[in-house]
Amino acid sequence: MATTGSEDTRTRMWWGIAGLVVILYALIPVLWIVSLSFKTTDTVTDGNFIPRSWTLDNYAQIFSLDIFTSALVNSIGIAIISTVLAVVIGTMAAYAIARLDFPGKKTLVGVSLLIAMFPQISLVSPLFDIERAIGLFDTWPGLILPYITFALPLAIYTLSAFFREIPWELEKAAKMDGATPLQAFRSVIVPLAAPGVFTTAILVFIFCWNDFLFAVSLTSTQRSQTATVAIANFTGASQFAEPTGSIAAAAVLLTIPIIIFVLLFQRRIVAGLTSGAVKG
Amino acid sequence: MSIESAPAPTTGSTQVGAPQGRKGKPVRSEGKRAERRLGLLLAAPAAIIIVGVTAYPILYAIWLSLLRYDLRFPADQAFVGLANYATVLTSGYWWSAFGVTMLITIVSVAIEFVLGLALALLMHRTLVARGLVRTVILIPYGIVTVVAAFSWQFAWTPDKGYLAALLPDGSAPLTDFASAMAIIIVAEVWKTTPFMALLLLAGLALVPDDLLKAAQVDGAGAWQRLTQIILPMMKPAILVALLFRTLDAFRVFDNIYILTQGSNGTGSVSMLGYNNLFKAFNLGIGSAISVLIFLCVGLIAILFIKLFGASAPGSEPTGRR
Repeated sequence: MATTGSEDTRTRMWWGIAGLVVILYALIPVLWIVSLSFKTTDTVTDGNFIPRSWTLDNYAQIFSLDIFTSALVNSIGIAIISTVLAVVIGTMAAYAIARLDFPGKKTLVGVSLLIAMFPQISLVSPLFDIERAIGLFDTWPGLILPYITFALPLAIYTLSAFFREIPWELEKAAKMDGATPLQAFRSVIVPLAAPGVFTTAILVFIFCWNDFLFAVSLTSTQRSQTATVAIANFTGASQFAEPTGSIAAAAVLLTIPIIIFVLLFQRRIVAGLTSGAVKG
Repeated sequence: MSIESAPAPTTGSTQVGAPQGRKGKPVRSEGKRAERRLGLLLAAPAAIIIVGVTAYPILYAIWLSLLRYDLRFPADQAFVGLANYATVLTSGYWWSAFGVTMLITIVSVAIEFVLGLALALLMHRTLVARGLVRTVILIPYGIVTVVAAFSWQFAWTPDKGYLAALLPDGSAPLTDFASAMAIIIVAEVWKTTPFMALLLLAGLALVPDDLLKAAQVDGAGAWQRLTQIILPMMKPAILVALLFRTLDAFRVFDNIYILTQGSNGTGSVSMLGYNNLFKAFNLGIGSAISVLIFLCVGLIAILFIKLFGASAPGSEPTGRR
């Protein structure tokens, strides 16, 4: 249809093709696991991308195990609480680092960089000992605390890079008009920083939801075991049956909440990043 | 909440658009003190949590690396100095894992940067289905690594997978070093390119459109606008994205764990550390490996800062008013 040779049509066509490539890139591995989750036991090893016969048995089996349903609840609760806390704490710290002069600033930056770099695997065993000693082992706070800690460097780093690009004359103007630093922060900077904060919130939520190493090390029962651990345990539990369908169903269930979350935040991110709030 | 610094003179409404003329006004020391107090107050929660949750465990991990400490023989604990490091560094396992890790890190971060920048530009500029692309791209990013790894594993499993079906009969790509590494890198790149793109997009949003339009009017082509305006202005975001992804890629674990379990020489340094801690139960050796990984990662960060001028937040002298 691009026979008109019009510059605009051709451009749109190329953007369309590029968009299609991205969409396929993003969706094919996901659709594959969805496909596996609907395959019957007989056809799960047929290698077809689209199931020949469909079934919900894999899901029924997953939902009959309350070890998995409780793990899903734990995952959602722990990830959301960790995200909110980490973003609030991280925004405060990043603002202070980017804009304010206070003693210990360099130390805080240095230490949070150390945390960002430190391989989590080496913290697992000491944390295991400490949490058992103080009763945090196998509790929600026992996971939330390390999640916040390891999300903070990411939050602080990303946000302060953002904050340094914000036109601070606005804050200065507010202060000259008599606003306190806190007022300037709340009424001028927060709206400008919102895009960065929302982007950061997504990064942090994904980090918490993704975690496997801490979850498998610092939990032991359904009280706090998260979904990533449940799916891994499930793999091991069905060594005599063909576990592919069940793993796929569990994997899809693990993916659904994040898709919902991404959809909810997507609009705000797009609005935030495209609102032009930062433009002079 | 009750930080009252300056005696607020209500000189009219807070007008957007700072009057440039008043720049030379001296900062009152009272305001300076209030700023220090606010700074401490805002930074305190982060500092307390970071110190509380990690300072002791980090020191403990370093201490453990200096001990002979096998969980199977807990009574046989002794200070051995750097003997664990000597054991690790003279072992072929460490250097093989190190090579594998470096290869995965360099190749996947390089691919991710190019793809991520293209993706960020697409999300920023596209005229077609922009919202759909932006939503869809968050899925690989958001999906749990273990889940994605299972998808790739099933896809490449002979007889089961749609991708394995494309290969000649009898090939098992996950059991051969080169193809397994390629699959691990594909899994890494697929999963984390959106991370890169999101961070770059955040930087891209700060590049003023007016400037690009002006450059276009002046005759700058798309490539020139990218290399002369967009990339330099995005530098902070690019360095954050590269630094974080490099540090993260160096710790690659989940994908390898699901895809190959480190067989056929595909294990990373993190796999090595994990196996020493949770399979060999050797806390001393495992901690030494962890500390070595940390040192490698520290070197990478220093290289970034020295070579590319990545600035740690707050470390730059010009950030103050």
